[in-house]
Amino acid sequence: MNNVAEQNVSSDGRAPVVLEIKNMTKKFALDGGKFLTACDNINLCAYKGQTLGIIGESGCGKSTLVRTILQIHPPTTGEAIFEGKDILKATGEEKRQNRRHIQMVFQDPTAAFNPKMLVKDIVCEPLKNYGLIKDSEIDEKAAELLQMVELPPEFKDRYPHSMSGGQRQRLGIARALSLEPQIIVCDEATSALDVSVQEKVCELLVKLQKEKGITYLFICHDLGLVDLMCHQIAIMYLGNILEWMEKGRISEDCKHPYTKALMKAVFKVDFKPGDKIQPLEGEIPSPVNLPTGCPFQNRCEYCQDICKKEKPQLKEVEPRHWVACHIVK
Amino acid sequence: MLLEVKDLEISYGKKVVVAGANVELEKGEILSIVGESGSGKTTVIRAIMGCLPGAGRVSGGTVIFDGKDVLQNTRDQWRDMSGKQMSMIFQDSGSMINPIRRIGGQFIDYIRTHAPEKSKDEAYKMASDMLTNVRLPNPDTVMNSYPFELSGGMRQRVGIAMAMVFSPKILMADEPTSALDVTTQAQIVRQIVDVRDQYNVAVIIVTHNLGVASYMSNKIMVMKGGRVVESGKREDVIGNPKDDYTKQLLRAVPVIGAERYI
Repeated sequence: MNNVAEQNVSSDGRAPVVLEIKNMTKKFALDGGKFLTACDNINLCAYKGQTLGIIGESGCGKSTLVRTILQIHPPTTGEAIFEGKDILKATGEEKRQNRRHIQMVFQDPTAAFNPKMLVKDIVCEPLKNYGLIKDSEIDEKAAELLQMVELPPEFKDRYPHSMSGGQRQRLGIARALSLEPQIIVCDEATSALDVSVQEKVCELLVKLQKEKGITYLFICHDLGLVDLMCHQIAIMYLGNILEWMEKGRISEDCKHPYTKALMKAVFKVDFKPGDKIQPLEGEIPSPVNLPTGCPFQNRCEYCQDICKKEKPQLKEVEPRHWVACHIVK
Repeated sequence: MLLEVKDLEISYGKKVVVAGANVELEKGEILSIVGESGSGKTTVIRAIMGCLPGAGRVSGGTVIFDGKDVLQNTRDQWRDMSGKQMSMIFQDSGSMINPIRRIGGQFIDYIRTHAPEKSKDEAYKMASDMLTNVRLPNPDTVMNSYPFELSGGMRQRVGIAMAMVFSPKILMADEPTSALDVTTQAQIVRQIVDVRDQYNVAVIIVTHNLGVASYMSNKIMVMKGGRVVESGKREDVIGNPKDDYTKQLLRAVPVIGAERYI
């Protein structure tokens, strides 16, 4: 069967795949022999120098997915292929070395740093961990990294508390860049910022991507921003990927009822009087004891008998556009 | 005119943090205050509510609410007014509620503090009616729950229910949707608009989401660094912004299908 994770090159045929996630499932054991299914058989791939956007509500498993890729906890089943090897099977020193290639920018730029460390020590700490820098080189390297993220090099002798939220987020990006990783995971990296600051940070991320060919996994719940930033977009709901599409399609041609509902709940600045938003009713169900059938069945207006019995699989409805829905043909 | 704020100046100690804020609000109108963090949005509504923290005080201007200069209020008058005539919902109603008590007990206490003549049964009835009114389908279950058992959206509905139980004349909302997901945010915005339609309450909403402001407001006030840079009808501020900062803010909002970064 045609699988999302088996698309070896990007749509324009130029970017090779860097990370393939295959059949990844993550279950957490609860009391009483129950399981919480955070990720349910996920297949995804990310291409070199491109951005994969992951959209989903809180509790849909997007953070579990990236934490598994970052090897913070092991998956229940499944693999993540990076440079031809399944990095999730690695242990010990090999695992530690693998982590160099995948770095992370966190959501809350205040909580992401040790408040007692100087900026120069913060940005060079990853290099020190891997023994790649001498103490005498720290000042020079820190200045270089700060310039890369368009911060004044003098900031290297400051503490993070004397910087604004946007500056701190740039610092987070500088630290992620220090090991020259191939993949950077941005977990809601711009959600805590004001729109004007968010715009500047996004421009920086895109500029760095073009210069260095970094792949981003961009997790976000702002559909507008994801549409502007990402080359591919995956929609997650209750641990499942419901739709996977190329850039630009979300506004014109999204297919899954959940994606359509999300689009109707977006607030636009240029509302005409009389335009009404249509919020999706109800809430995301508990990931403990998942229902059989489609995960979206209880909130879907098109729900039919088959949706309650059989779980829809991702299928390619148009070239490079996968949808998991019985209704979409 | 329900609320008229003229040349409001707010200081912390000797430092002036907000100056020259003017607000005019009729019954049933929604005003959005937008601007980046630290621009003084929350300080303005706190001053109107009479709950500036610490060394904060109103150092100039007038606040006329319902024909009365509230800046001259004594503590008892504030106590009488807040909750019944003015009320507030917060960014996360979960942190407003005591985490180790069930919703029901706190809601009943809240009602009986403001209306001591109500019996516990009457207060329970009022509370559960109000919860039903904000689309919480099982009010008895909610009343019997601890705050952590409710989702963010449900807690925010409880916050709206508590704020509206005495049908106040004005409702202040401090970033009521910022901590919520896209779909829940849409539900809560619709709920606030419903509450306005039902009770004809004036609403001041502080938000940094220009989409939300544009959707629900009659008037919009844009703040930057403690100053009001632009203020007016929604159509004028969104459709024909005069100030450079407003233009810049509007440009920075990511729009689906717009010109891409990539």
